[in-house]
Amino acid sequence: MIVTKPRSLERILEDLQSVGARRVFVVGCGECATAARTGGEEEVAAFSRWLAEHGFEPTGGVVPEVTCHRPGAASALRKHREALDDSDAVVVLACGAGTQAVADAAGLPVFPGLESSFLGMAVRNGEFEERCQMCGECVLDATAGICPVTACPKGLLNGPCGAMWEGVCEALGDQECVHVRIRERLAAQGRGAAGVLPPKDWSKKRKPDAVSVRERVRRGQEGSR
Amino acid sequence: MSRLRDALERGEFVVTGEIAPPRGSDLAAMRETMRIVGPRCHALNVTDNQGASLHMSSFAACLVAKELGYEPIFQQTCRDRNRLALQSDLMAAWAFGIENVLVVTGDDPRSGDHPQARGVFDLDSTQLLQVAAGMNEGHDMQGRPLSGGPTGFYLGAAVFPEAEPWGAQLARAVGKIEAGARFFQTQAVFDLDKLVRAVDALHQHGAKVVAGVLVLRSPRVIDFVNKHLAGLAVPDDVAKRIREAPDPAEAAIDLAVEQVAAIRDIADGVHVMPLGLDARVPEILARAGVAAGA
Ligand code: SF4
Ligand code: SF4
Repeated sequence: MIVTKPRSLERILEDLQSVGARRVFVVGCGECATAARTGGEEEVAAFSRWLAEHGFEPTGGVVPEVTCHRPGAASALRKHREALDDSDAVVVLACGAGTQAVADAAGLPVFPGLESSFLGMAVRNGEFEERCQMCGECVLDATAGICPVTACPKGLLNGPCGAMWEGVCEALGDQECVHVRIRERLAAQGRGAAGVLPPKDWSKKRKPDAVSVRERVRRGQEGSR
Repeated sequence: MSRLRDALERGEFVVTGEIAPPRGSDLAAMRETMRIVGPRCHALNVTDNQGASLHMSSFAACLVAKELGYEPIFQQTCRDRNRLALQSDLMAAWAFGIENVLVVTGDDPRSGDHPQARGVFDLDSTQLLQVAAGMNEGHDMQGRPLSGGPTGFYLGAAVFPEAEPWGAQLARAVGKIEAGARFFQTQAVFDLDKLVRAVDALHQHGAKVVAGVLVLRSPRVIDFVNKHLAGLAVPDDVAKRIREAPDPAEAAIDLAVEQVAAIRDIADGVHVMPLGLDARVPEILARAGVAAGA
């Protein structure tokens, strides 16, 4: 899931002041930001209270099921058309994609209320770790299911580097060097080290990327993949 | 022909020194250090934004070394440049007669003086060695021929003999040899048994090993090394010996002399990092019985 963190409230204040906003509508997200406890019903309510305490007039709030689904976000907003028409600006407690879906649909100045941090794994309830950069060409096959692109601060495919000491990564301070962990897991599974991994093909990660499932299905029906 | 390569391949014990380019454009102090250290060395490592801190480019400083008649080892880190820039600099180096290249990963930016910088690490050091080895075969990373034909770089890499687990460290070093490294320069070594272990293993793969010696001139320098130099910790007994000496600088010189003398019997050369005591390098080498490089 996309892990978000609260954004500096001073920054949000400045953003709202920059357009002279007084009446503010708040949008959350029922998916990732709810799980991260940054943009669920509770947080939308708390943020609305904060707005009121700081001289704004909260005009309403909504938590769409999945805010980064633009048609879904748009239809959630339609149900609050009156409140939106009565608002000067919108603050979105969702990731950057969710914020942009709202910005496309709201017809008002829309401001981010969170920082989008990383693609995370919930290692425990409420505890998330960054595990994938979505690099476009996965190397987990060669690295025992541990991502060095993410877990090595330098993103090295081949390691350990000189920052490794007693198995610990000095660049990270107190965490294990991921390349030591990879070699250990490979060995434990009786798999030899993968040898030297070649340089990454970053063309696989060109932005902006886009995917059309419809297009793929159509081509699939034509027999190609 | 690289004098460093020539000496290592003939089995001569080599000496390499270390030069940090200035932060700014004044070359005087660097030239002075080169004149002190250079005559005693087969080659001078010229660092590349060492410690992830800003310095003049290694390439430019290598040219200064050559101008003064000393052979440089051009250090390239993977931290600050992507694959295009790295190959550009390698082509420039070869065009200007720089033959020795030491390829290192580079410290993470967060440990340097521009912690806001984005680390590039488009290639890692093993991959960059492969690229440079490809240039030695006459082609760039895409397999396209280079005008002027193959380069003839003598390629080196870093190894950390004291880093544990040694298995992971050795596997990485062997990968570097397979990628094209012919010599290694080590981080400072205090535990000579571990140096023997590293040299034996790397010799089996046909690589030469130049072992590092640090001159720990004061308690403050020891703290700095422990805190800021990646992959290094000064052992307590060594630290104690220098901290408790009436004259720490002299104690550090004595220690360096002992280390250089011991390394003569183990490794293929010694790399002296004087950490400010550059002027004493000739004396350290002479007292350890190492002949002038020139
Ligand atoms: S290699 Fe790492 S960053 Fe790339 S897709 Fe796989 S898990 Fe994600
Ligand atoms: S010590 Fe390991 S995890 Fe840390 S930067 Fe080096 S290779 Fe990456």
